[in-house]
Amino acid sequence: MDTAAVEVVDLVKRYGATTAVSGLTFRARRGAVTALLGPNGAGKTSTIEICEGFRRADGGRVRVLGMDPVTDAGALKPRVGVMPQSGGVPTGARAAEWLRLMASFHASPVPPDLLLERLGLTSVGRTPFRRLSGGQQQRLSLACAVIGRPELVFLDEPTAGLDPQARIATWDLVSELREAGVAVILTTHHMEEAERLADHVVIIDRGEVVAEGTPAELAGGRREVCFSTSSPIDTDTLRAALPAGSRISSAHGVGGRREYVIGTDDPAALGPGFLATVTAWCASADVLAEDLRVRRRTLEDVFLELTGRELRES
Amino acid sequence: MTEHTSSTTAPAPGGARPAGGPSLFAPAPGAAPMWRMVGAQAGMELRVMLRHGEQFLLTMVIPVLLLVGFSLTSVLDVGEGSRVDALTPGVLALAVMSTSFTGLAIGTGFERRYGVLKRLGATPLSRFGLLAAKTLAVLGVQTIQIAVLCAVALGLGWNPALSLGGVAAAIALVLLATAAFSSLALLMAGTLRAEATLAAANLVYILLLGLGGVLFPITAFPPALATMASALPITALSSGLRALLTDGSLPSLGAFAVLTVWALVCGVLAARLFRWE
Repeated sequence: MDTAAVEVVDLVKRYGATTAVSGLTFRARRGAVTALLGPNGAGKTSTIEICEGFRRADGGRVRVLGMDPVTDAGALKPRVGVMPQSGGVPTGARAAEWLRLMASFHASPVPPDLLLERLGLTSVGRTPFRRLSGGQQQRLSLACAVIGRPELVFLDEPTAGLDPQARIATWDLVSELREAGVAVILTTHHMEEAERLADHVVIIDRGEVVAEGTPAELAGGRREVCFSTSSPIDTDTLRAALPAGSRISSAHGVGGRREYVIGTDDPAALGPGFLATVTAWCASADVLAEDLRVRRRTLEDVFLELTGRELRES
Repeated sequence: MTEHTSSTTAPAPGGARPAGGPSLFAPAPGAAPMWRMVGAQAGMELRVMLRHGEQFLLTMVIPVLLLVGFSLTSVLDVGEGSRVDALTPGVLALAVMSTSFTGLAIGTGFERRYGVLKRLGATPLSRFGLLAAKTLAVLGVQTIQIAVLCAVALGLGWNPALSLGGVAAAIALVLLATAAFSSLALLMAGTLRAEATLAAANLVYILLLGLGGVLFPITAFPPALATMASALPITALSSGLRALLTDGSLPSLGAFAVLTVWALVCGVLAARLFRWE
């Protein structure tokens, strides 16, 4: 029987008149990395904190390792690691002694000194928490989440405020957790992070799931043709030349230039012949398409399409 | 079962395997035994308390200064008899209060504010375990305080009226007072904002220092004020200790009753109203 690491069905959470989570549903597999991706205020942290048992849901059903996060909290705590978005450590506690304390709560923890070394915290082991840099505090918090060798960890924005080296160290650790068979649920608004780490991405906006799938599925393996011109082109005749289901969007580029992106509803339609059609139209219309390229859509494109309404329409 | 399996060469068990070995993070969840969790948490709490500058000032420096200062000078009228004999019980009571009330309230208030209590709530350490650890840490600090203050007082010529029963009664009073002060501390820390707890805890400390018979017996107060003051937990503790250590008599049952009522009322309220975040 393969129960999910986390199963959330029709989850609702309200704070007074505000609905933070409205009917959220997703499933996180064991031994896989699931990323909850969404803009600030999308309901990611509320969802995670309900799964952690910190908050109660106003509706819907949540199962963590097949159990109820509130009523089975005692049984779940040894099996689940938690990294909050910030804080959680007394300001006067030293990094290493706090990690050792966390280790002492568990039956067979990761050796604390080894973990400190892995996360580059050995040299600040005797430094009080309040004097650690933001990135060091984040890494200590991450270490505390995994020290008990849990089956499942929740990481709430694990790389927020990290420099590139620390971010890569965190990514490596998350990959290692997955290889070891640990289920990881993380929130992020870094597309690159979700794309690199996650087996499954759940895009959340305004408390609802707007899309989910593997990063490749979400990006759809879709390609698009991009180019820029020094003056506007006649998009109507271009569209007429292209196969049905093609879309052209334009934007103002630097120095009064125009930038065009051509996509298709049918991914298979965008092949070598499609590119030839575009360049043939350019030749007939006497348009020099500069910076012409065919590129793969990224998760970021999908994300902005789904959640970036305000910015796009302005 | 066949007998030939032993001939297969297996990789050597145990030892660190840098590559290809089982991962450091292979799930192996499980809680440590309760006593180990509580012991570790109590040690942590104790170290944080002793390391904290302002807290050290409040719990160690001020009581020692009051004891030494007022024993060696005649600024304060302590009545007849040896000055240090009159002062020591009250200063001991003050020391107990500074740790189990003021220090605990402020420390817990800020732990709540910084999400420490919430984070600990996600570990296998239960709330009961956390409370037990805090209690042990408070009692640990108080043991150090009492040892230091008694040593200083003896150095100043303190001559306590001591009997085996008296020591037992004094320990009982201190434990009961610790329960009362801690409950009040947790009630404040668990319901007020951290800054409000900080202000209120210091205010209450000063008020109780003045009104609670710490430096002189409340018999010196006007009768109405004395009656009010006698209902305070600090007064019950200081007058009880004074009766035991200075007069060599058993404290009134009233002192035990006052402390019990404070401990019960604040304990029940704290259990009901405490907010972990």
